[in-house]
Amino acid sequence: MKKIKVIKVDVDKCNGCRACEVICSAFHAVPKYSSTNPEKSRIRLLFDPLKDIYVPVLAGEYTEAECNGRDIYTIDGKEYDECSFCRASCPSRELFKDPDSGLPLKCDMCEEEPPLSEPLCVQWCLSDALTYEEREEEGEEEEKRGEMEIGLESLVKKHGLKTVMDTVTRISKG
Amino acid sequence: MRYAETGVNLEIDLSRGNIEKEGTDSGLTELHLGGLGTNAKILWDRVPPEVDPFSPDNLLIFSAGLLAGTPVPGANRTIVSTFSPQTLLMAYSVMGGFWAPELKHAGYDKVIIRGRSPSPVYLWINNDKVEIRDASHLQGKGSLETAELIRQELKEPKAQVAAIGLAGENRVYFASIEQGRSSASRGGIGAVMGDKGLKAIAVRGKKDINIARPAELFELCNEVLKYIEVREENPIPGVMPILAGLGSPQEMKLFDEKWHTTSFMWGNARTRRKDFWNEEIEKKWRETQENVRTRLISCYNCPMKCGAIISVPRISTYMMKCYSKLTYTMAAYSDLDFGFRIAQRATDYGVDGFSTPQVMAFALELYEAGILTDQDMPGMPSDTEGRFFYLLDRIVRREGIGDVLANGTYWAARQIGKGAEEYAHNNIKKHEQLPLKLGMLNPVYYLMYCTGEKANITQIEGQFPQEPFPTREEREEFVKDWFQVPDEKFKQYFLDWDPRGEHSNPYYPTVQMSCEIVDWMEMMHYIDDATGICAGLSSFPLKPPYHIHNLPRVISSATGMDIDEAGLSEIAKRNRTLIRAINVRRGLRRIDEKPPEDHWKKRFPELEANLLDEYYKFKGWNKEGIPTKQTLHELGLDYVSEDLEQREILKDEKSQGKKDQPGPKTKRDSKK
Repeated sequence: MKKIKVIKVDVDKCNGCRACEVICSAFHAVPKYSSTNPEKSRIRLLFDPLKDIYVPVLAGEYTEAECNGRDIYTIDGKEYDECSFCRASCPSRELFKDPDSGLPLKCDMCEEEPPLSEPLCVQWCLSDALTYEEREEEGEEEEKRGEMEIGLESLVKKHGLKTVMDTVTRISKG
Repeated sequence: MRYAETGVNLEIDLSRGNIEKEGTDSGLTELHLGGLGTNAKILWDRVPPEVDPFSPDNLLIFSAGLLAGTPVPGANRTIVSTFSPQTLLMAYSVMGGFWAPELKHAGYDKVIIRGRSPSPVYLWINNDKVEIRDASHLQGKGSLETAELIRQELKEPKAQVAAIGLAGENRVYFASIEQGRSSASRGGIGAVMGDKGLKAIAVRGKKDINIARPAELFELCNEVLKYIEVREENPIPGVMPILAGLGSPQEMKLFDEKWHTTSFMWGNARTRRKDFWNEEIEKKWRETQENVRTRLISCYNCPMKCGAIISVPRISTYMMKCYSKLTYTMAAYSDLDFGFRIAQRATDYGVDGFSTPQVMAFALELYEAGILTDQDMPGMPSDTEGRFFYLLDRIVRREGIGDVLANGTYWAARQIGKGAEEYAHNNIKKHEQLPLKLGMLNPVYYLMYCTGEKANITQIEGQFPQEPFPTREEREEFVKDWFQVPDEKFKQYFLDWDPRGEHSNPYYPTVQMSCEIVDWMEMMHYIDDATGICAGLSSFPLKPPYHIHNLPRVISSATGMDIDEAGLSEIAKRNRTLIRAINVRRGLRRIDEKPPEDHWKKRFPELEANLLDEYYKFKGWNKEGIPTKQTLHELGLDYVSEDLEQREILKDEKSQGKKDQPGPKTKRDSKK
């Protein structure tokens, strides 16, 4: 059996405070909590108050290609921009890329030892727009990939393995 | 490395179009923290008292609070400071929202604006890149529309924009600076922005804000959040609903307006309607509010929901907070539907929600009294609500009588003459006050009304209940978990405070107790205005999550400075004393420190004089309310006493107070 961790997002309960962004960026700072920067958060609030649109989105997988075409959703009379609900770190937008390195960011459900009772964005959301659930599903636990691996892989996809290897070699000599 | 703050200020000279980045002295952070404290230091150093608020030499400072952008919940305030065209004293207004953290992430603590642009401009702060851009196409645009247009033309939907509307452009003395769901409204600072030709400041930041002792601060933040949850589940019994919880008064969430509508005055702070509230009105107003209120909203990193998105059918959506839903309603003797409608236009124009309705009600009283006539009000509608819209439109454009009213009730009354002064009856230091008229003098409130440097009661009160609880049992219950007190004696003061009899207003709390209570309440506001923590989680409500016992640890762990309770109290006192000195240097004296004549029916001249005497002494000021040389010395403000001595404002005690002419002096005083 594998454990599925679920963050449930209730857009109607979101009040737009962005505490989720603050604490996420603080948790992932090195050393832990040593800085804040919503730009580095793996959850971002897409919001447009005058249209009453509030969508917290968790960073998902990096993708190297844009979608073919775009979607626009209308829900309860409110039109959501293309990509509003998409979790990808993708070439078509700035979202979920480290502002310093440009490397993709991905939510890790606050992976740490000992495990947190709930991801921090959920803990800091007193409005309960974010809630947490775990459930069991048939299937094997996937091997978790570290941040370094995900980051390197995206660099390899972008620049080619050789360039990355050469660069690493050069840096290590410097 | 600097922690919590960035250590860089932006210096913008709009006359020359010059932009500079200045590293700041970390020693000043240790002396004043940041926000209001360091703003005051800059204004003292760089704006001589002769400078008119509408002079290019006046500075307009936008400062992020010291802790804004750190994980500290509710630390999101922007403190805007300048000199007020209305009071001619230092004006500081504080806004929540999202602007201050964005500025910090862009790499700056403050934006200091001097000079005057020859043509309308806006400022675009995009991390390291700062530009002064043309704003001629934005002239006359509403505050929200301006923000939207700027975000579109910059292709930067995440930019945070603080903008003025028409009122600021036309230098209305009670013009605000609007920032989406928040505004800095008091003291006419929007007019100073307009005078400088600055329509807006847009900011976008992507840099880190560093924390000195991360794990410790994280723990403290978690404690604060936990306490907020507990406190929200346990509203304080026995006080009116809007004061039972945390946050700024929860006007957007709650429907019960019995307290405001039956205790506060209607019209031009004139009529109390004790029987106004009934089930039928409650039902109707609840319906109105539910129909227009789309969502309750928060400021940056704060779990409270003090604001709301308001969508009234057929008019533009806007955002609102707190008591402005009732100020227009009550000034016009109207209903909540009208309140929501006119507040939309007022927000767009960018005007203060306290002063504006009162100015309009004042104008209508003058009209009823025949002091203003049909000639002054050509084409004015016959219904009160129509008249309010009519007056608002004229004030923000300074058209006809609007040009006079745009100066606020104090100055307008003097320009109109014919006895109009009697109608400008609700001011302190030329500034319109809450419409409140009461019976028995309350010594604590007397001191706060008189001496508050901002002349705004909500920015000095808090912590200590506004009135005694009826029974001793209720009081005992209240003090049980009242750990926020700086000293146990405050519990006793409250326990012994009776609604009637020997231990009641005006002689109890005693003079000494009143001094201590006011000093505590005021201190907490000065700390908040320096850190940028919202008063709604700290200095304003009863039993807040932030207090004198945890704030030193919060500040220390975020900034790395070693601060204990005594040290923090001293910083607050230094900032408070410096602002007093700034105003004293501009002419503020004891004679200016009085509540509106009719605020209380029952007055006690001897007691009141005694209260002021003792409070001044308590603060280390002389009988004129001027900080003494000794006090200034103890606070490391010798440079202030030297300046005050040179100007012969501070003299030796014997000759004190003989030659002084009261009140701020500028050319406008001679227009009387």
